[in-house]
Amino acid sequence: MEKPLVVIEDLHVSFRTQTRVVDAVRGVSLVMGKEKIGIVGESGSGKSVTGRALLGLTPPNGRVEAKRLEFDGQDLRGLDAEGWRHLRGRRMAMVMQDPKFSLNPVMTVGRQIAEAYGTHFKAGRAEARDKALAALEAVQIRDPSRVFDLYPHEVSGGMGQRAMIAMMLVAEPDLLIADEPTSALDVTVQMQVLAILDDLVARRGMGLIFVSHDLDLVAAFCDRVLVMYGGRVVETLKASELSAARHPYTRGLLDCVPRLERAQAKLNVLERDPSWLEGA
Amino acid sequence: MILSAKNLTVAFGEMRAVDEAAFTVERGESFGLVGESGSGKSTVLRVLAGLIEDWSGSIAFDGKALGRTRDRAFYSRVQMVFQDPYGSLHPRQTIDSALAEPLAIHKMDRHEQRIEKALEEVGLGSGFRFRYPHQLSGGQRQRVAIARALIVEPEMLLLDEPTSALDVSIQAEVLNLLDALRKAHNLTFVMVSHNLAVVAHMCRRLAVMNRGRIVEEMDRDALRRGEAKDPYTRRLMAASRGYDRKLAESFKTLD
Ligand SMILES: Nc1ncnc2c1ncn2[C@@H]1O[C@H](COP(=O)(O)OP(=O)(O)OP(=O)(O)O)[C@@H](O)[C@H]1O
Ligand SMILES: Nc1ncnc2c1ncn2[C@@H]1O[C@H](COP(=O)(O)OP(=O)(O)OP(=O)(O)O)[C@@H](O)[C@H]1O
Ligand SMILES: [Mg+2]
Ligand SMILES: [Mg+2]
Repeated sequence: MEKPLVVIEDLHVSFRTQTRVVDAVRGVSLVMGKEKIGIVGESGSGKSVTGRALLGLTPPNGRVEAKRLEFDGQDLRGLDAEGWRHLRGRRMAMVMQDPKFSLNPVMTVGRQIAEAYGTHFKAGRAEARDKALAALEAVQIRDPSRVFDLYPHEVSGGMGQRAMIAMMLVAEPDLLIADEPTSALDVTVQMQVLAILDDLVARRGMGLIFVSHDLDLVAAFCDRVLVMYGGRVVETLKASELSAARHPYTRGLLDCVPRLERAQAKLNVLERDPSWLEGA
Repeated sequence: MILSAKNLTVAFGEMRAVDEAAFTVERGESFGLVGESGSGKSTVLRVLAGLIEDWSGSIAFDGKALGRTRDRAFYSRVQMVFQDPYGSLHPRQTIDSALAEPLAIHKMDRHEQRIEKALEEVGLGSGFRFRYPHQLSGGQRQRVAIARALIVEPEMLLLDEPTSALDVSIQAEVLNLLDALRKAHNLTFVMVSHNLAVVAHMCRRLAVMNRGRIVEEMDRDALRRGEAKDPYTRRLMAASRGYDRKLAESFKTLD
């Protein structure tokens, strides 16, 4: 196998809160190359926390421990601020789950994208602006020059998500962690945005970690899928074999999906089994 | 009929975010709004909720024409769940005070019991009660937003992508809960969603929006059968069958 892009071994993340310690991630491992990894799983199972730990963005009340945590052969444990500055944004980037929260509310969307490009490539204003407009157009924004000058509160939910994606993509990272990047997009736009990500993986050799609740989408789009429950990976599958999952949690999850071709009086729900929290 | 909108138009500068939209919603019904990202769905809900004052056309709620602003009595009858739950929860307010606030505003009793029940109903234990929004996962925050809207026992809920941040098992629980509450209390929903299967499950009728206009209205059976007249709706249905690289290419040329 080629040199792995990411190696995570036995990752643990816990948070101290007023009342107790929350063990958000409990022993996650992943070795990945230039491929599309899907992460699905229960709300609160540790998907976003895992992504943020990989990028060194765990908040101060959190504690990260791992046997190995590597990006492109470099140990990320104990990396200093200077080290992170070289990696983050430029080489590894993350599209956060709440786009409006991650965008700067007092700066126009276009300027944020242009600045992201300008910082990484030392480009002049005009060039950065052109790049930003092209990036907005690439993510299917209808009227890029209008949207360039809008503030985050003036764009729709899906436009905010696409602005975030555009901002990460202008930096051409080697690893993109995309946390629910298309949940606010209608399926026609979603499909075109995914096609861009697909191309970056296929042509530029980017690695993609794609966190999503959309099981059908992950099955069709990704190469491999990790299923998380209670801070652990309970199952890893080839994406194309997701429908043949074995773990009762994954099976139950598939069963909860509403289907256009199947009318139901009530949706099926999941009976959670405490044993899913334990063991291998 | 609990709600009707005619010639509803909202412009931001030159751009018409909503362009002459018209629809009606019966009491106790669930009405869906689907459409392209940026087509004006959230703007319609925000006008209904009184969050945008600059619009033209007419809206009637429960037989009375609505003006630019809404009074407190309106918000005890109509509540909105926002698309982006971060925006609707104050970062320095615990979940407990986020839920206590509407109870105080609407002078409701038994705060303690109502808060416990509201959290319970959306599948969050009391362990979450004194946490701050940033200490929750995306789906947990969304469930707090839903609990906050339900806690004042409204007649109508405006739901903007209420479950797109939730995993499918929690989504099923939340949708079952919303549906049960609607039936039990004759609640009315206006619901925006990108997920056609969710809309078909929840809504008897739906409107499809594209570039500010309602391009098509249909019932759930037509949606299930894939009977669409408008070209955008047809594209939407094709795309909802799953990721397909070639189909994505064909959309580009169609544009
Ligand atoms: N700063 C924090 N302090 C305390 N607990 C936290 C903090 N951040 C996250 N958590 C908890 O860690 C757990 C994992 O959160 P995470 O955001 O990774 O979930 P997720 O799998 O991304 O869920 P979702 O699908 O709902 O976004 C949750 O129970 C959450 O409440
Ligand atoms: N305050 C504002 N100022 C300028 N333009 C705005 C403002 N609010 C909304 N818009 C514009 O109105 C259009 C419709 O936005 P809206 O949020 O209603 O879309 P939407 O259908 O909800 O999309 P999505 O599915 O992506 O959430 C967008 O082009 C948006 O940029
Ligand atoms: Mg998350
Ligand atoms: Mg919206």
